[in-house]
Amino acid sequence: MTGRPAGPVAGPAAGDAVEEWGTDEISVHYQRRLALDKITLRAAAGQVTAVVGGDGAGKTTLLRCLAGALAPASGLVRRPAARQIGYLSASSGTYPDLTAAENLDFRASAYGLSAAQARARSGDLLDRAGLGDARNRLAGQLSGGMRQKLGVIAAMLASPRLLVLDEPTTGVDPVSRSGLWWLIAGAAAAGCAVVLATTYLDDAERAATVLALDDGRELAAGTPDQIIGAVPGTLRGLTGRPPEADEQRAWRRGGRWRVWDPPQSAGGPGEAIQPDLQDAVTVAALARELGLPGSTR
Amino acid sequence: MTGRAADRALAGPLAVCDSVSRQFGEFTAVSEVSLQVQAGEIVGLLGANGAGKTTLIRMLLGLLPASAGEVLLFGAAPSRGTRRRIGYVPQGLGLYDDLTPEQNLEFSAAAFGGPRPELPAPLRRYAGTPVGSLPLGLQRRFAFAQALSHQPDLLILDEPTSGVDPLGRARLWDTIAGAAAAGAGVLVTTHYMEEAGECARLVIMADGRVVAQGTAPEIIGAAQVTVVETAAWAAAFRVLEEAGMPVALAGRALRVPGTGPAEVRRALATAGGAAGGHARVSAAPATLEERFFQLAQPGFITEVPA
Repeated sequence: MTGRPAGPVAGPAAGDAVEEWGTDEISVHYQRRLALDKITLRAAAGQVTAVVGGDGAGKTTLLRCLAGALAPASGLVRRPAARQIGYLSASSGTYPDLTAAENLDFRASAYGLSAAQARARSGDLLDRAGLGDARNRLAGQLSGGMRQKLGVIAAMLASPRLLVLDEPTTGVDPVSRSGLWWLIAGAAAAGCAVVLATTYLDDAERAATVLALDDGRELAAGTPDQIIGAVPGTLRGLTGRPPEADEQRAWRRGGRWRVWDPPQSAGGPGEAIQPDLQDAVTVAALARELGLPGSTR
Repeated sequence: MTGRAADRALAGPLAVCDSVSRQFGEFTAVSEVSLQVQAGEIVGLLGANGAGKTTLIRMLLGLLPASAGEVLLFGAAPSRGTRRRIGYVPQGLGLYDDLTPEQNLEFSAAAFGGPRPELPAPLRRYAGTPVGSLPLGLQRRFAFAQALSHQPDLLILDEPTSGVDPLGRARLWDTIAGAAAAGAGVLVTTHYMEEAGECARLVIMADGRVVAQGTAPEIIGAAQVTVVETAAWAAAFRVLEEAGMPVALAGRALRVPGTGPAEVRRALATAGGAAGGHARVSAAPATLEERFFQLAQPGFITEVPA
């Protein structure tokens, strides 16, 4: 990582039971565009926090601020010292012309690990990631899933207190994804605060807390149960395409249709459906698109 | 139903792979794969990277000959003619970034030989913007519009919704389902198991072979996992990991495929301490992803046959 941590930094408040990092109402502008609008993120030690959103939602900007690579225009970032942060950026986490082992060695020296520490930790992590046999292969020649695992263990190498992973699972097949989640869960189980960005809501379902972003703004935040519990109005399920009156508030899911009825609306055909996290985030996105009150916070 | 759609419904399968194999030197990328795509049907092709999906798609597109077995498109061997009846959206979208949507459509119409199609309504305000500067979600919608513009009989979609938010994803699936309802056959790959529900049938590949075929419930069958619910999830995670179990995190619960509740309880009890106390251990049906994981990694199949 290059450069010093930017922006205001505060340590954890004394007496906190669980160490907590995160952001308080940070905003970021790229020229005239508001990339992040007063975003608050909580990342507790020993927990996985997922930041969910599509392309351009602001996930990378938020994670860069949290990792100290970007200073917000306003708001506060709480993070540990740079050496206690592990960061996997979305674009690259590995050097393609170095072998897997050399990637870790390089990272270890940058973090000031002793040679003995580095060797023990690298060997352990390579084995955990299933990369033991690939240690002498060039990172650029590894499959996408293997390369992502290498990026994640490189970020985990110095046993950080805060692990920031930008889309570690995007484009990765389900088998590699399981492996990645095993590494991520292991880091959280060891007491690390993990923040990961993803476009997949089933990744978010594995996390303890979730922040959904859309166009730089908060769409929903909390535990999956809190987000589901905060869905305004009701949901209906239909087997066929809904009538025209419902179409704006309808979406397709699993070969069927869901219709969202905002509070005090008339309802319509179909059976009542208990929303899950994916429904909850979809309703929040629809509510925002239609200009209806429906944000979950 | 239009005349053409009616023709399609009466004819045989749109795409057939009959015991198709493909070697690259010593390496077998695809081994004796048989599958069919019928008109109006959405078939999901699932598999880890390296399972052989892309090689299979390349053979269907006629870009790569099979080493053995037979590939039939619309009842004939793949050719330039069959290519015209296919709409293909590759993972990289296959759009010209420096051209506007209009120019892309014009180019594609010239290549496929046909009238230049109208730009779909939601994309019209971007008619003059180079495709490369559109947000990814819009690029995907446009790539779809383009692939559908020559009214193909068979759609081949490689990871069509990667990087798209849930609402955008639902809308892309609406487009795919619309094409199927109009009579097109669809073969779609995805890494996203939730989307498997959109497919009438799934084909799961591992190591070049088809390891399962059917609906999601058929493929999951009676497979179960053990669920551990405990406030001390981190301690339990470490204990089960020590015991060599492939434990996965689900919120604050843990899921353990391939190991029964009794064995998990024993492992937790032996460890004692925070991990063992007050853990609720039960069996639950496996998810499609968990079942897929078992199928794709034969080493992990430890279920006792019924």
